[in-house]
Formats: sequence, C-alpha cells, structure tokens
Amino acid sequence: MLEVRNLTKIYEGGVLALNRVSFQVPQGQFLAIIGLSGSGKSTLLRCINRLIEPTEGQVIWKGVDITSASPQELRLIRRRIGMVFQNFNLVYRSKVITNVLSGRLGFVNPAWSLLNRFSKEDVQKALQQLERVGIADKAYQRADELSGGQQQRVGIARALMQDPEMILADEPVASLDPVLAHSIMRYLEQINKEDGVTILCSLHFLDLVHRYADRVIALNNGNLVFEGLPQEIDDQKFKAIYGREAERIG
Amino acid sequence: MEKKNKASLWKSLRLGFAIVAVLVVYAYGFQVTKVDLAEFRKESRQDSRIRVMRALARPDIFEYDQEEFIVFASIYVPCPDQPVQIPPPDPSQPYLVIPAHCGKPNEHIQVEGYNFPPNIKGPIFFVPSSDPNATLALQRGNIETDSQGKFITTIRLPNRPSNEVQYLKVITRRNVGWPRFSQTAKDTWDKIIETIFLALLATTIGTIFSVPLSFFAARNLMKDVKSPLTGISLAALGWPLGIGFGLAVARLVQTFLAQWRGQSLISWLLFVGFALLGMLLLRWAVFDPRHEPDERPLKLLRSLAQMTGLIALVLAFFALSQAGVTVGLSLASHLGSFAFLGNFVAQLSDVMTVLLTPAVALAGGAWLGGIGGQIGTKWNDTLPAGAVRFLNGLLSALAVATLSGFLGWGIGWLYEIKNVAYTLVYPAGAGALLGILLAILTRPKQPLPIGLVIYTITRTILNAVRSIEALIMAIVAVIWVGIGPFAGVLALGLHTIASLAKLYSEQVESILPGPIEAITATGATRLQTIVYAVIPQIIPPYISFTMYRWDINVRMSTIIGFAGGGGIGFLLIQNINLLNYRAASTQMLAIAVVVATMDYLSSVMRERFV
Repeated sequence: MLEVRNLTKIYEGGVLALNRVSFQVPQGQFLAIIGLSGSGKSTLLRCINRLIEPTEGQVIWKGVDITSASPQELRLIRRRIGMVFQNFNLVYRSKVITNVLSGRLGFVNPAWSLLNRFSKEDVQKALQQLERVGIADKAYQRADELSGGQQQRVGIARALMQDPEMILADEPVASLDPVLAHSIMRYLEQINKEDGVTILCSLHFLDLVHRYADRVIALNNGNLVFEGLPQEIDDQKFKAIYGREAERIG
Repeated sequence: MEKKNKASLWKSLRLGFAIVAVLVVYAYGFQVTKVDLAEFRKESRQDSRIRVMRALARPDIFEYDQEEFIVFASIYVPCPDQPVQIPPPDPSQPYLVIPAHCGKPNEHIQVEGYNFPPNIKGPIFFVPSSDPNATLALQRGNIETDSQGKFITTIRLPNRPSNEVQYLKVITRRNVGWPRFSQTAKDTWDKIIETIFLALLATTIGTIFSVPLSFFAARNLMKDVKSPLTGISLAALGWPLGIGFGLAVARLVQTFLAQWRGQSLISWLLFVGFALLGMLLLRWAVFDPRHEPDERPLKLLRSLAQMTGLIALVLAFFALSQAGVTVGLSLASHLGSFAFLGNFVAQLSDVMTVLLTPAVALAGGAWLGGIGGQIGTKWNDTLPAGAVRFLNGLLSALAVATLSGFLGWGIGWLYEIKNVAYTLVYPAGAGALLGILLAILTRPKQPLPIGLVIYTITRTILNAVRSIEALIMAIVAVIWVGIGPFAGVLALGLHTIASLAKLYSEQVESILPGPIEAITATGATRLQTIVYAVIPQIIPPYISFTMYRWDINVRMSTIIGFAGGGGIGFLLIQNINLLNYRAASTQMLAIAVVVATMDYLSSVMRERFV
C-alpha cells in the first residue's frame, strides 16, 4: 500500500509543480497517471522515490515514511522500487547485460560492484530477465545498437532485476510507435498481473489507459483533478483534465 | 522616409568610424611591434639570413671518414735574379703546375692542378715560409676539379716578398667508406628519447591526478551535494583531526617498519600478512547491503574493525614499498645492462613511500570528516530546530575558528611572524565570530550548497595554476630539483593536471543526466552511480583528451629544455647560442619528425577509441 499525503513540490524559482496531492494505491494495482505535459506527472513519480526532493507532504509505503528516511534507508527503499523512463536512460556505451545488472547494484557487495564483478546468480538472473522481455540474444551487444523498443525492454529488465514491489513508469511508451507501445505495455501488465507488482504509470493516450489501467488519477497544473476508474472519464471530465480546447481522439 | 535616411546615414557614419578606429589600432600595433621593412631588406641581414638558411638546410646527421690530399708547389715572390730550377712533378701523384714559377706581390698568376680526384673542392693557400708545413697559411681562394681531376685557377699573390722559396698549398678532402651517424645525430637521438618519455611521464602524472579532480570541478555532479550547517561544521572539524590522525598513523607505521629496513623477506611477509588481515577485517566490516542495517553495538564494532583493517592495509602498503626499494636496489646491482629496471622498481617504491603519507593523511581526513558529516546530518534531522540553531552556532564557530587558525599559522610560517596573537588568537577569534554569523544568517535546518563551494574553490585553483605557463613552472622546478628532465616532468605534470582536469570536467558536465537518474533510482550508492552511469560515458572523451594532451606535452617538452627542464630543447638552445646552426637544424628536424608522428598516432588512436 502506497499512500501519498499532501505532496507539494515548489521548484527553485517558485514554480508550483505539485499542489497538496493526496491519493492511495493498494498493493498490486495498475495506476495510470494522466495529464498534459508539464502537469506534474514526472515530478510526482520522482518525488515518490525522492529523485526529486518534495517540499512538503509525505509518501508512506508499506508503513515506512519515505520522505523522512535517512540516505541509507532511502537506498534500501529505492532498491525495491523499479523505475522505467521515457528516454530509457540506458548507459549507451555499456553492454546490455551491464545495463540490466546495474539494477542489482543496491543488493551487491559495493566493493566488488565497483570492479564490475557480479555473482553468477546475478548474471543468470539478468539473462532470465532479458529472456522474459524477449531480447536474450542481444545481451552482449552495446545498448546503443538496439532499437527504441528493444532499449525500453532493457529498461524494464533492469527494473525487474531489483525484484521490485513497485514500478514507477514515467511515460514508458511516449517515444515509441503504437505497436511497440502496446508490446511494452503488455510486459508491464504481465509483471503487474503475474508478480503482483504495483505499477504507477504516467501515460498520454487514453486508449492505453482504458486498456491497461485498473485506476486513474489525473493532474492539471499540479493539482489532482480526477481520481477513479478509466471508464468514468467522460467528455466533461476530459475537458477538466486536458483543458477546454482539447478534443478526444481515439 | 526621412527617418529611414537618417538611420542609414547614422549607420554609415558608424561604419566609417569603426574603420578609422581599426586602422588606428593597427597603426599603433605596427608602432609597438617595431615593424621595419628597411631593416628586413638590408644587405647584411640578407647575407646572414641566407647563411643561416643554408646551414639549416644541411642538418648535421651523417659523417664520413675522410681522405686528405695536400699538394705543394714552390714559388718565388718576387722573381729571383737567376732563373729557378723546379723539380719535375711526379705524375703518379696529384701535382700543381705554376707556369710562371714566380711573381710580384699582388700579381695575379695562373695555377694548374692535375691528377686530383675528380669533382672535389678545396682551399688553396699561400705558405709564406720556406718550410711548406708551417702553420701560417693564407687562403687565396677555392679550387674545384673537373671530371678528369684537373683544375685551372688564378690567384692573387700576397704582399710577402722573400728571397727564400715559398709555397702554394692545396688541400682537398674526399669522403671514403659508408656514411655513419655524426656525434650530433647521436646526441639528438638520446635527447629526443628523453623528450618523449618526459612527455609520457608528465601526461601520466597529470592524468592520475586530474581524473578525481575533474569530478570536483564538474558542476552537474557537485550542485546537488548539499548538507546542513551542522554536518558541514562537524565534517570541517573532522578533516583536520583525521589528517592529524592519518599523519600520526603513517609516522608510527614507518618507525615500526624501519627496524626491518633492508631485509626484504621480512618486509614481504609483513606485506602479505597485514594485507590479508586488512582484507579479512574489511570484508567483515564493510556494510553489505544484502543485510538489514545493524544494531548499535554491532555497528560500533564494525566501525572499529574498519579502522583496524584500514590501518593494517596502510602497514601492508608501507611494507610493500619498503620491500620494493630493497628488491629494486638489489636487482639494479645484479641485472647488468638492465639495471634501469631494478632502478625503476626502487624509484617507484620510493615514490609510493612518499605518496603514502599524504594519501593516509587524506584518507584519515575523509574518514573522520565523513563520520562528522553523518553525525551532524543526523543531529540536524532528529533534534528540534532550537537545539539545532544553538548547535550550529557552537559548531560552526568552532569549525571556522579552527580553519582560520590553521590559515593564520600557515601565513605566520610563510612570513616568519613569531607573534602568536597575530597568527593564532586573532584569526581564530575572527573565525569564531564569522562562524556564529554564518549560523545566524542561515536557517537552522536549511541544506547549504557545499558542493558548489567545493566546485568553485577547485575551479579557481585550477584556473590559477593553468594560467602559469609550463615554461615558467619549469624555472621553479629547476630551482627545486635541479636542471634536468625531472624538473621538466614536474613542470609539465603540474600544468597537465590543471588543464586536463578542466577539459575532463567539461566532459563530465556534458554527459546525459538520464543514466545517473536511473542508476540512483536502483538504490545504488553515489560511488556506484559514478562508476556505472558517469564513467562509461566519459571514458572515450577522457582517452581522447589524454592523447591530445600527450601530443601537446611532446611539443612542450621540446622547448621545456630552454628553461633547464631537460629534453631536446636543452641541446637546441645551446646550439643556437653557439651559432652552430647545422646541429640546431638536426634537432629541429628531430622535433618535427617526432611531433608529426605523435600527431598522426594520436589521431589514429583517437579515431579507434572514440
């Protein structure tokens, strides 16, 4: 169970990115976060694992207050939260397998990991994760030799290496074509259904929301403007989320 | 329309003014740089220019064994009263024929030569003495034989009248055998090798030190490093304490090991034993993130074990360097012509001994400073705001007082001020006030951008060092370690540290932030993030810049000798000052070849790596 209470983020320079956002996510739910660009979706996801330090409010996960955790406690929390990014954020000059193994960094002996040494089990596990996302044959290629869809699968495999209990996906399909988008979303769905991993996923397209999400929250200018089931988004709600000018497509 | 005209008029006026201003600037430039084409065209200048250019065009690289022919012919100046008897020449040898046999002073007479080697040149002399081998000989011109070994020339007799017989002398030289390298070429070879290795060592030293420095000088890595005042103050207090502790440990360890100096077996055993002990202790003591955090007593025990393990490692390293010196020296005396290898081992171990003490001191400082920072941050997080404010005042006063006390002590040492009130009491008092002011001005729990402060300090120092040209650093280094290539290594190395650290840090600043974010999100430590997200991105540009810098250093090391820094420049400036342009030309040629080769090699290697 993840509970976000009155989460507020004011950037340096006074931009209010999140304004007292509160919501709850039960364990195992697939939550979609929608809203226009700049509405605070990325900030919200990054405040949950404190890649961005929230200004006020609390994030409580499994009874632990993430916002007040010490740096060491924070690392122990982070290693149970996988993260998938819009731009994949792979280390392009490293091999695919190294990128995947880096998901394990929170769990391994720090001294050995600095020398790029991983245990046999971890390497085996990394290969299994790549198998799971269907690119086991690419394991020893450099990450920049892969296509966009393949790179995002590496990103997912990296998150899976953490044995996550929750995955934060920041517009994971925004830079992919519709066919690839569905295949990536299906992997996330599979992880959600089979492994019971909570997924918080920010999305642009409503059809993806309808197809994959259990529940939706919507942000507009840092405010939580909608919380409910995907089917509940009617035309009026849509205009509240995306503004008066917006028109529904698809 | 009117307005537009006005604007264009104004525009052309401005342009005209700008042109006049530029002309004035260049006129003044001509004046101060003393551009003087008349001097340039002067006859004497032209002559010396041509002479030097011709010398430069004939670098002194090869030399031959030479065969010398000296041929005499007797002559009377002026003509004696009786006709003279000239013995007939030996036609199997080169010989001279003077049809007139005699002449008046200053008269032009014809001289013929036969049986000389073909196509050679040589001077012709008048020997004003009855002894043909007299040292004094007046050169009268040069001869050049044709393809039959024959020449005919006309010389002017000198004003040396005598009743005795006098002589004409022709000296010709011929190269025989195969060409071999001249002494200049051999010296140049020695020095160019020295130059290349000078550049290599300077680049290596520079790279080793500038890589860690470049992280501190990278804005994107440092801007997020923030800490509350409590943490900063405690860390600032921990650093000097830790450095003192490290120095004490290093000194103790060295005195402990000194009793076995020269006995390499014992040193080796000590090295292996303490290395194992240290590794085992650290293996147990370093927090393994696979487990949950420890309880308090175990945590303390682990810290203690960490410290003991680190000290054991320090002991092991000192033992290793001691053993290395002994082994190296004994190798040097047994290896014969490979003695330089033994010497290298000994020198390297000596360098290790020299570097270990500051390294241990720094490690001690980092360790205690880190602990201080952690404790401070913890207090800052757990204590109420009022208590934090009070603590901040106290600790920052103490910290700034300590730092300014050290600063005062340093200034006192430099300027030999003996008055303790000026060097210690006043600076410390002022520091304490400053610290309290700092605590009052900042909000109690506000995180301060300490990373940016470190960044700014590092940048400033790097810029200051970089602005001093390596040639000038060489002058200082020569005073320090004496004339020779080692001074050049130090000077170039220091300059390389500053410039590479800047270039490197700019590369760090231009890396993609995404991977850092992703690795941080996996729960990796800061160090792991650097190793996995930063380093893979910066390795290609780092290699490229290191190659480029080696290239620059080779070029610099060719002239660092001008200031006494060793290498080929030393030879070059000597030969230029001695007006020995043919030798200087050899050295310039060597420099050109080496620089061009380095340029080519570095571009090939950069292409391969990047």
